[in-house]
Amino acid sequence: MEETKLTNLKAGQTAVVKEIRGGEGVSHRLSSLGIRPGKEITHVSSHFWRGPVTVRIGRAKVAIGYGMAQKIVVEVK
Amino acid sequence: MTESRKKILLIGNPNVGKSAIFSRLTGARVTISNYPGTTVGFSQGFMKLGAESAGTVIDVPGVYNLQPLCRADDVACNMVTDGDIIVNVIDATNLERNLFLTLELREKNIPMVVVLNMWDETRHKGIEIDLEKLEEELGVPVVSTCGITGVGIKELIEKIRMVKGKEFPVTDRDKKWEEIGRISQTAQVLHYHHHTFLERVEDISTNPVWGLPIAALVVVLSFNVIRFIGEGLIGYVCDPFFEKLWLPVMEKLSSFLSPGSLLHDVIVGKLIDGQIDFFASFGLLTTGIYVPFAAVLPYMISFYLVLGFMEDSGYLPRLATQVDNLMHHLGLHGYAIVPMILGLGCNVPGAMALRLLENRREKFIAATLMAVCVPCMAQIAMIVGLVGERGGGYVALIFGILFLLLIVKGTLMNRLMKGNSPEILWEIPPYRMPQFQAVLKKLWMRISGFLTEAVPFVLLGVLIVNFMYMLGIVAYLSRLFAPLLSGLWGLPSETISAMIMGFLRKDVAVGMLAPLDLTTKQLVIACTILAIYFPCIATFIVMVRELGIRDMLRSAVIMIFTAVSVGAILNILL
Repeated sequence: MEETKLTNLKAGQTAVVKEIRGGEGVSHRLSSLGIRPGKEITHVSSHFWRGPVTVRIGRAKVAIGYGMAQKIVVEVK
Repeated sequence: MTESRKKILLIGNPNVGKSAIFSRLTGARVTISNYPGTTVGFSQGFMKLGAESAGTVIDVPGVYNLQPLCRADDVACNMVTDGDIIVNVIDATNLERNLFLTLELREKNIPMVVVLNMWDETRHKGIEIDLEKLEEELGVPVVSTCGITGVGIKELIEKIRMVKGKEFPVTDRDKKWEEIGRISQTAQVLHYHHHTFLERVEDISTNPVWGLPIAALVVVLSFNVIRFIGEGLIGYVCDPFFEKLWLPVMEKLSSFLSPGSLLHDVIVGKLIDGQIDFFASFGLLTTGIYVPFAAVLPYMISFYLVLGFMEDSGYLPRLATQVDNLMHHLGLHGYAIVPMILGLGCNVPGAMALRLLENRREKFIAATLMAVCVPCMAQIAMIVGLVGERGGGYVALIFGILFLLLIVKGTLMNRLMKGNSPEILWEIPPYRMPQFQAVLKKLWMRISGFLTEAVPFVLLGVLIVNFMYMLGIVAYLSRLFAPLLSGLWGLPSETISAMIMGFLRKDVAVGMLAPLDLTTKQLVIACTILAIYFPCIATFIVMVRELGIRDMLRSAVIMIFTAVSVGAILNILL
């Protein structure tokens, strides 16, 4: 069990969302897309130079800006 | 009859197929694509509910929850309270996430039917949903449909007719997620599934290494296909028609009306070296017909055909993530590419799609960039037609200047304006094979929109041009603006007539440069200025609505300042 930021995951790595380190607004926006504590999240790809991170959550794919992705703390098993 | 008409609201997450269901229920034609945010305004239509009663169906822009986030959502949130029946459309392959909105809507105590759309996709994705159990858990009727093929629509109509209201207790967010967890566990089974061909394509096109070259390839390929089809239609269909069939008719008409008479000038136009010139004569039945049908229409068809495939495949949101980095330097995030691409077809839908962007700063930057640097297809086609005669390099030069301006202006606005560009947060839909029939249907919708809404204005524009010359307005304005036009931009002062026409129709405005005997340098400068100085009136109105009058005026100052300085710089450099 190791806590890290979503942006530190490698492509294909799966983790569990631990907490959203951001205001109510950010966590609400993320949760309406299905990203909330307790959910399994898979890092699909990220872009160079702090580009967006694409993740798989359930059966959906979501692109998250780098800054917002940094606020997502995950737990790797 | 009208007072008993029930309001039926189609509500759901973005990109779940509300518009497809809407079009099935009402028979109305609306734009359907595979990217979140296709519908930014409301579409209304009617459906029969019983022998005598009818309902008004409203296609509401997609929302993830009822708490307003941006304006498009805001409107949707306000709509909910005055609906009589809610049809909550759900993406069946994404049950859990979609249910949050369902539970929020249920609390409104308005009769509601839940529609599990994209039902056909659940099977090969290894998703099994027990409809009866789901219905039991939710306490509202549930139907499965496939909006694109129309499966399940009959049952949906039946359920809408029968639905009754129920009371549900109000719960908080955490309670809702708890309930959703329970519901999806009892009603849904997920099986392991193999990667399909499209999913493999997907992995490559979002890959950080391959994604960008693929994006470049898609853009170059689209560009070439648009050119190929556009030029083909002009060279093999439109031009032969006008030269072989239409020209003889016009020549007969010309000698009948006797050249030089008022009627001749308005209908056939001025003879250039004793001949009718479809670009330069400027008569209603010559230039007025030729510009929309032979110069612009072919490129409209080819552009919207390619765009249709891009929209329906689901590539646009992927392109958005690829360019997100670059767009941040311009004060925007990647999804701002969507209004820009729509703006290439016509700035009006492009400006409407500005609603997809979150905040005022971003909307301002995107609107200003679109108005200045994104010419619409009608204008592009005319530039290609007119400037292309002098050499393709000059066409490339104009677009090169516009692209450079996009980068410079975006960077400047981003540096000078307070605030940061917001982060992208968008769902990326799965790739779907575009249905040829659906693409053609959408193409026809857009083309008929162009024919009915734009062509009358082209004719009106040509008519106004004739009167402006006859009444001496052009001569008067030419004298007035001569210092700016000749002194600063090196253009003959008659080009003021084109600048004025640009407010109404940009294609007619570019066309007005044809009879002026401009040098190539003047033509390049005039076309560039026409593209950047101000949007056409239709775009202007939409932008005022989206930005507010104060921001729009500010934006207009930037546009005019840019046009004046770019014109002067080009005049010195070229």
